[in-house]
Amino acid sequence: MRKPLTIRILASLDRKAWLALGVFLAFALIAVPVMHLVVPPESAFHLSTYFITLIGKIMCYALVAVAMDLIWGYGGILSLGHGLFFALGGYAFGMYLMRQIGRDGSYQSDLPDFMVFLDWKELPWFWTGSDSFGWVAFLVLAVPALVAFVFGYFAFRSRIKGVYFSIITQALTYAAMLLFFRNETGFGGNNGFTDFKRVLGVSITSPETRLVLFGLTAIALAATLVFASWLVKSKFGRVLTAIRDAESRVMFIGYNPLWYKLTIWVISAMLCGIAGALYVPQVGIINPSEMSPANSIEIAIWVAVGGRGTLIGPVIGAFAVNLAKSWFTVSFPEYWLFFLGLLFIVVTLMLPQGLVGLWKKLMDKKGAAA
Amino acid sequence: MTKTILVFLLLASSLSARAALDPAQVNQLAAEDSSDKVAAIQQLTQTADPDAVRVLKAMAEDSLFLAGDKAVIIDGDKAFNAATGAAIEMPANPESVTVNNRIRGELANALAALKLFDPEAAVRLASAQKLQSSVSPAMAPLLARALEKESDAKIKALLVLAHAQANLGNQDPEARMAAVKALAETSSPTIKSVLLPLTEKAGEPDDKVRYEAIAAVKAIDSRLAIAENVGRAFSGLSLGSILLLGALGLAITYGVMGIINMAHGELLMVGAYATYGMQTVFRAYLPDYLDWYLPAAIPAAFFAAALVGVVMERTVIRWLYGRTLETLLATWGISLVLIQAARVLFGAQNVEVANPSWMSGGIEIMPNLILPWNRIIIVGFAMFVLFLVWVLMNKTRLGMFVRAVTQNRAMAGCVGVPTARIDTMAFALGAGIAGLGGVALSQISNVGPDMGQGYIVDSFMVVVVGGVGQLAGAVWAALGLGIFSKLLEGWAGAVIAKIAILVAIIIFIQKRPQGIFALKGRFVDN
Repeated sequence: MRKPLTIRILASLDRKAWLALGVFLAFALIAVPVMHLVVPPESAFHLSTYFITLIGKIMCYALVAVAMDLIWGYGGILSLGHGLFFALGGYAFGMYLMRQIGRDGSYQSDLPDFMVFLDWKELPWFWTGSDSFGWVAFLVLAVPALVAFVFGYFAFRSRIKGVYFSIITQALTYAAMLLFFRNETGFGGNNGFTDFKRVLGVSITSPETRLVLFGLTAIALAATLVFASWLVKSKFGRVLTAIRDAESRVMFIGYNPLWYKLTIWVISAMLCGIAGALYVPQVGIINPSEMSPANSIEIAIWVAVGGRGTLIGPVIGAFAVNLAKSWFTVSFPEYWLFFLGLLFIVVTLMLPQGLVGLWKKLMDKKGAAA
Repeated sequence: MTKTILVFLLLASSLSARAALDPAQVNQLAAEDSSDKVAAIQQLTQTADPDAVRVLKAMAEDSLFLAGDKAVIIDGDKAFNAATGAAIEMPANPESVTVNNRIRGELANALAALKLFDPEAAVRLASAQKLQSSVSPAMAPLLARALEKESDAKIKALLVLAHAQANLGNQDPEARMAAVKALAETSSPTIKSVLLPLTEKAGEPDDKVRYEAIAAVKAIDSRLAIAENVGRAFSGLSLGSILLLGALGLAITYGVMGIINMAHGELLMVGAYATYGMQTVFRAYLPDYLDWYLPAAIPAAFFAAALVGVVMERTVIRWLYGRTLETLLATWGISLVLIQAARVLFGAQNVEVANPSWMSGGIEIMPNLILPWNRIIIVGFAMFVLFLVWVLMNKTRLGMFVRAVTQNRAMAGCVGVPTARIDTMAFALGAGIAGLGGVALSQISNVGPDMGQGYIVDSFMVVVVGGVGQLAGAVWAALGLGIFSKLLEGWAGAVIAKIAILVAIIIFIQKRPQGIFALKGRFVDN
């Protein structure tokens, strides 16, 4: 007899993992607000706005990394275009934030500033309903899902895989970037969306709003981890892993890999959309450079550094690489690309299982020695 | 009608007065009123007399004076009668003739028009070319005369055009009709703009002439469109040649090792910087032979890029055998390191690589269609490299080994092909060809640290469309993509063209997942 879904979800993580998640959420939802609002700024335990924005941003990246790991680590499909889905989610939510500016923009018009600048008289059709939070929240999920479905259906149907697939996803995000760079596309050209004022009627820069967004991001990340660990342990996840390891054999047994690949591909894109929507209000800007192929490849390195095929790995990787990036770009800006490039090389050559794999190896050695 | 007769009379009178200039006209050059001066200049021009050139030149050089009631030319301490050219005694107190800006412009035009009668064909040609853009209706009789005397076919053709343009302002509808008909044969945008006013009622009262003008503009338009599309197709061909140089190497390494080298674009960059380095060396040590830096750069770029390729293969790619997706990431890392290294070594700005003088200019096929030499040479160079690669792959032992490893690595190894060494050689070869692509690219676009990034996606598309392991696929795909994208760009803009091509490729792969030319074989999985 199958157990109810809630039980199966609860059972997908062991006691230690639930404990870790609980500590993480308690930190994000209780400790961080207290340390930001209550602890005086001169105290060593005070958390600055910079820190909250940085960690909030990296949690969004970690969410993307988990989404990437679902298709790469478990599905064996390396996407070099995941930045596109992230940016689509961001742009969808950015539309709402642009509408929330209202008449407070520099032209005091109902239209977003860039449209006034282009001398547009009314909103384009795809902006319809962008002032409604509910509709935009739907778009955040639906747009990446639709793009992923259409593209994935044709790509997987003709059994494009391996490096071919990777290259085509890269071309996809590159083409989308060019499209969004155009002013006529209707998404602000190369400036994108910025100068947001409020979200759901409250100021977007107030400490309280920041903390709420921070907390929401933490919850989304935790929920994604729980969902992903259930998914990969379900029958679906097992078939997916089998497709990764021997697609032809899975086909010969009678499964059609198309729908398995397509499902995980669309889920992954939707998760990226959520991450993008949480990212934009915290960082305060979205522009087409988020879709550049270089950004998408960086997502892959977060996963590789942490360890693919594990769920905690991508989170660790996203934090490690991005903390290193924010330190490097401040202290040694000219060496960051050298470091990132060497990271790509060293991780693929020496650490195929990432930091998590390294940890496991060390533990095993310790265990063998004891 | 009376006007035409007048013109004829004028022509006849000036023809008979060939021997010397009319003193009255010459003296009028010194008139008080500017309009009188202009009239005199125009009349003198109509004579097409070499003496008129002499007088007008003197006037332009401010050496025309008025002594009493006669115009004289004073050159240093000598004086001449302006009308006859005979030396005379230095007049007592000559008055200088004022030449204001209006007169100066008129003089310049007159002198230019009179050059049509110069004995030197080259001078006449230059003058006729210059007249194309500044012809006025008053010049019509002069042009008619020049046309009569002209024997050189090329100059004659230009004069016909100039004459027709001048005649567009003629009072006689028949003359205008003939002019429009003559102009309809051309294909230049300037002639089209000259004809445009005649297509409207305000500009052309006569219906017949107007319809003729409309038809002429249409005819010119269609010829312009053809020229434009031919031009686009040609720039597509040269883009395709660059893509081919990029994709050839990529296709070889992908065919042999099954990996895609994300740093391939940076190997193009290495080749381009090697060209820059060679140019710097020639500037410093062999400035007299600077034009020959480019041939010298070809081997330099090949070996520089091949060396980088060998180092990459030996240190990184070799250790990732069979892990194709990770190779993608590792080579991406290499590309980041190479880009940053170029920034540190040469600066983040683009460096300047000049075309050698023998590569500048182009062949003019139509007035608005010039095929630049640098692009023609690049197309030829790509064909040459293609030929060399074809010989190498099909006629040498190394090529045979490379093909063997491409088809079946395990089997090739079993019969004694040193697969590891072939990998290195193939990778070096692919990198070297990319370096050659960099030489070509340095001649038509900017050389900077990021230059390789723009070509990498396109090169991959060539490999994807062309299929793996055969040169023919890469050739057709590169030229096809190049021409197709340039033509599309002309109609729809660069961005839409890029997106359309991507969509087209995805649809194409639905039908031919292995590319245009698939290797025949029975594989389930690789």
